[in-house]
Amino acid sequence: MHSSNMMLSSTKVVAAHLSLHNISKVFPGRTSPVDKLLRRTSKPFVAIADIDLEVLPNTFVSIIGPSGCGKSTLLNIIAGLSQPTTGAITINGQLVSAPGPDRGVIFQNYALMPWMTVAENIQFAVETVYPSMAIAQRQSIVQDYIGLVGLRGAETKHPHELSGGMKQRVGIARALAINPQILLMDEPFGALDALTRGFLQDEIERIWEQERKSVILITHSIEEALLLSDRIVMMTRGPAAHIAQVLDVPFPRPRRREELDQYPGYHTLKAAMEQHLSYETRVVEESRILK
Amino acid sequence: MTNEVLRFAKPKARLFMLNTDQRAFLLFFVILLVFLGLWELGANLKLFLPIMPSASQTMIDFWFWISNPFFDNGPNDQGIGLLLLTSLRRVLGGFAIGSAIAIPLGVLIGLSPVVSRAVDPFIQILRPVSPLAWLPLGLALMRDSEKTALFVIAITSIWPTLNNTKFGVSNVDPAYLNVARTLGASRWRTITKVILPAAAPSIVSGLRISLGIAWLVIVAAEILLSGGIGYFVWNEWNNLKITSIITAILIVGLVGLLMDRLFGLLQHWVSFGQRS
Ligand SMILES: Nc1ncnc2c1ncn2[C@@H]1O[C@H](COP(=O)(O)OP(=O)(O)O)[C@@H](O)[C@H]1O
Ligand SMILES: [Mg+2]
Repeated sequence: MHSSNMMLSSTKVVAAHLSLHNISKVFPGRTSPVDKLLRRTSKPFVAIADIDLEVLPNTFVSIIGPSGCGKSTLLNIIAGLSQPTTGAITINGQLVSAPGPDRGVIFQNYALMPWMTVAENIQFAVETVYPSMAIAQRQSIVQDYIGLVGLRGAETKHPHELSGGMKQRVGIARALAINPQILLMDEPFGALDALTRGFLQDEIERIWEQERKSVILITHSIEEALLLSDRIVMMTRGPAAHIAQVLDVPFPRPRRREELDQYPGYHTLKAAMEQHLSYETRVVEESRILK
Repeated sequence: MTNEVLRFAKPKARLFMLNTDQRAFLLFFVILLVFLGLWELGANLKLFLPIMPSASQTMIDFWFWISNPFFDNGPNDQGIGLLLLTSLRRVLGGFAIGSAIAIPLGVLIGLSPVVSRAVDPFIQILRPVSPLAWLPLGLALMRDSEKTALFVIAITSIWPTLNNTKFGVSNVDPAYLNVARTLGASRWRTITKVILPAAAPSIVSGLRISLGIAWLVIVAAEILLSGGIGYFVWNEWNNLKITSIITAILIVGLVGLLMDRLFGLLQHWVSFGQRS
């Protein structure tokens, strides 16, 4: 861990200010004559509408909302994997429209290359982003991040030999090793059991204390959002999902899961989130029943 | 009372306490012995045509070929090892040429929907054609039986590999491609470091099928050309030596099995726990 601390303090951490201006996403329906002939037409679907959001440098922002509201759609747009129908994204005032290593992505299903070892998966990312870096430096970065996420000893294992929690550690190390300005996570612990999830949340909190970045975390867990975030963005249900409310989480850091409910305001925040989410979810479920 | 229950709970004594593998082997052995026994009996009682040798004659001749595989008394009188080497050389040579065409072409087709649709009619028409139909064309173009064998085997080897390569390349898990995109990987780097390794299990399974079919086709092709194990089979038929033909059949089968197993290992080696 010492070597990684040294390394982390020596890398230049660039503060990034991410802005979403008026982002909307419409999935085009199937309306071509062929589709009409095959009776499989569908209407265009407005997934998200008019999203405006400022993510200040080095803040941890969580996005929470009923399932299917468009959280992944929004994150994919920020990652550059999908284009918004309207609106623009800027990082430090610069327009971005394609994926790039200024944004590190942690995927829900880990997305590790099965033919690469733990070290090779991380090395692949570093090599891709810093092709002209000296080999020794590249290797020391890989080793540092393996240490940071606690995977020493598993360097030469392949993903199929790892548990889900260990796989996501590799995913975290891979995203951090390229030293992105912004970290994007789409329900990174959604596929893990509760104990492993809690453990990895603590790890994220610990890592973030060491290496502050702007972070956007998509989650459906209220506790996870309260443990990790500076701000929580609550989205409405779809279609045309938008931001209902943004909550500030003023708890001091480093935070500890066991003491979380003793911070002033914890219960008020939690109640507000529960009320919002249960209302939105209830409306969604009721509209499904009426259909 | 308890003793009574335990007595019934005792596992049934399986046939000589053998496990599944051992019992399967035993059954295999019994089937083999019954088959050879009926064959020998039938031959001795003259139930078959007079040309049909007995099992013991066949086994003696089998041993003759096996024990002295590399003699060479001119093109029409060679040991089975030399004959096999000729056939293997042709199959592996043609297979290498065919694969060298099929894999790059398959990658190209898999990457580009336009190329895929443009080339598809050619492939669909040529693929169902028996490779032997190409043989006269090969002879006409090359005027040489060795090159014609390579030509026929190369064409044979193309189709399964081409098809599997295309499938593997166009069905790479989008998650891997998204990783490459978010890192800003170049097209070339994405192909060599992500798409090809991801498609490798599928490609190797295509190669395995191709080699199996090439080994099937070489025997037929050599009957029409000359040299190799296929020509040997035809020659021994003209000599009315059925024992040699049966020997050749067994050996062709064993070599085919061996090659298939080798490719099975390769397939396992590139799969890394993925289904393939
Ligand atoms: N490619 C697509 N085509 C059409 N509709 C889509 C597509 N992707 C997502 N959607 C729809 O957009 C909505 C939001 O999806 P998503 O962003 O995955 O939700 P979340 O991540 O919040 O659960 C869903 O109703 C989904 O059906
Ligand atoms: Mg989602």
